[in-house]
Amino acid sequence: MRREPAGDVVRAKEMDETVSEFFRRTILKIPLTEMMTILKTWNFLSENQLQTVNFRQRKESLVQDLVLLCEVTVFKMINLEHDATLWFFSFLSLVRKRCKENRASLNDAALLDIIYTQFHRHQKVWDVFQMSKGPGEDTDLFDMEQFKSSFKKILKRALKNVTVSFRDAEENAVWIRIAWGTQYRKPNQYKPAYVVYYSQTPYAFTSSSQLKSNLPLLGQALTVASKHHQIVKMDLRSRYLDSLKAIVFKQYNQTFETHNSTTPLQERSLGLDINMDSRIIHENKTEKERVQRVTQEIFGDYPQPRLEFAQYKLETKFKSDLNGGILAEREEPLRCLVKFSSPHLLEALKSLAPAGIADAPLSPLLTCIPNKGMNYFKIRDK
Amino acid sequence: MSVLRPLDKLPGLNTATILLVGTEDALLQQLAEAMLKEDCTSELKVHLAKSLPLPSNVNRPRIDLIVFVVNLHSKHSLRNVEESLHHVDATFFLGKVSFLATGVMKVEITGRGFFAAGQESHCSIHRNTVMKLAHTYRSPLLFCDLEIEDFRAAMAQRLVRMLQICAGHVPSVSALNLLSLLQSSENPSLEDL
Repeated sequence: MRREPAGDVVRAKEMDETVSEFFRRTILKIPLTEMMTILKTWNFLSENQLQTVNFRQRKESLVQDLVLLCEVTVFKMINLEHDATLWFFSFLSLVRKRCKENRASLNDAALLDIIYTQFHRHQKVWDVFQMSKGPGEDTDLFDMEQFKSSFKKILKRALKNVTVSFRDAEENAVWIRIAWGTQYRKPNQYKPAYVVYYSQTPYAFTSSSQLKSNLPLLGQALTVASKHHQIVKMDLRSRYLDSLKAIVFKQYNQTFETHNSTTPLQERSLGLDINMDSRIIHENKTEKERVQRVTQEIFGDYPQPRLEFAQYKLETKFKSDLNGGILAEREEPLRCLVKFSSPHLLEALKSLAPAGIADAPLSPLLTCIPNKGMNYFKIRDK
Repeated sequence: MSVLRPLDKLPGLNTATILLVGTEDALLQQLAEAMLKEDCTSELKVHLAKSLPLPSNVNRPRIDLIVFVVNLHSKHSLRNVEESLHHVDATFFLGKVSFLATGVMKVEITGRGFFAAGQESHCSIHRNTVMKLAHTYRSPLLFCDLEIEDFRAAMAQRLVRMLQICAGHVPSVSALNLLSLLQSSENPSLEDL
């Protein structure tokens, strides 16, 4: 029968050291310029608590102060020096329970991690999954809470050690954070997987987690919890979640002006004339205008969604007019990989023909990327 | 008239016209503007074309100098120039044609000034290919990185002087004289190519 030390402020049972460390590392990741915004979004520490912290000190000390705030509960208790009695113990257990509610738990830390990732979503590479319902299945009304509990239950049933956290977002989306463990090991909080599921659509975006072996389980949990039948990985990958959304939900081709969509082209070519010296004469003006027109027809006037690369895998058997030759007898197809990378691939492709680097129109393999929602292609012999 | 001939038109009074042929319009435009900034006693006109033949329905002045611009990073530009060369009459190559290779060097600007580093690894066309092309057509080859303003201004100056000579505005120097002056001693080494 251990007696708790009585006093004015009761320090709750020390937060688990791993959780404390996880807190420290998560807060340490946040840049100082965003610290206030993220902590306010997190909404765990109150305004008063935040005001007690000096945000102008060095980062390490600031982080230390914040972690202490998360650990300690401020719970004034009356001075008790009596021996253990029944009511004391029940009172103490009540205190301990209340302390548990107030101090920061693993779930709060996970929530902070989600918020950090939402602010820095471009630091992860996102894959896109598409689910489908079976033939003849009804579209039930979606219940978010039921989805969350079902998802969590499936994962916990398969892997005893797994941390699942949720955060709702706009447009009926939910951000899910999963820290994977095994039957015998606690979850690794530093390599979580994220899933952003838009509940009114069959699409989910996942961050490429290093632990690829858990991917089938994740897919299964997502499918069953959202009452779908099948899940398929799309050949689409990028750092820019918002661009992936725009491509998949077909929101990228919305122009703002509609009635004067023809004038911009003329204005553009007129703009060239105004700036130009009259002593400079473009001989191929009609060709230039044709290129501009074709480019606009294909790419439109709107800003392109942002992708970093397009990859083409080519597999083809060697074809030759001459009979014989070593390569002609080869049964295995030849393989070739072409990868286009750019900070903003689609804008770069759009500017190729006007810059004179390529002929217009561009190859449909390049221009079909947003339409088909793919940036990984496999090209085989027919 | 699908073939350009040097003397098929009468010259304009005190006018010198240059034709820049190349795929990258932005570079040509910048070079043209740099040329027009130069002080020159003659009236300059710059025509920009992506490729030859030129559209035939246009009334244009006599062309005194053609410069074919090749970007060493782009095989497309080389192919374009090679095809355009077929539409130039042989008599043009008596000093009134020049080749310009760009994309040769990338300059790094540090706090103390700048140094040039060869970007050979990024060039999809080897220098020798362009040198051979210029040698085949017996025309001078100029190297300039048109993206760098200072180099571009220097090249514009050279081209303006060449244009004046080709238009006959410089007394006692003709295009052919200039050509033989520009055939420097390095050309014999190209025989080995």
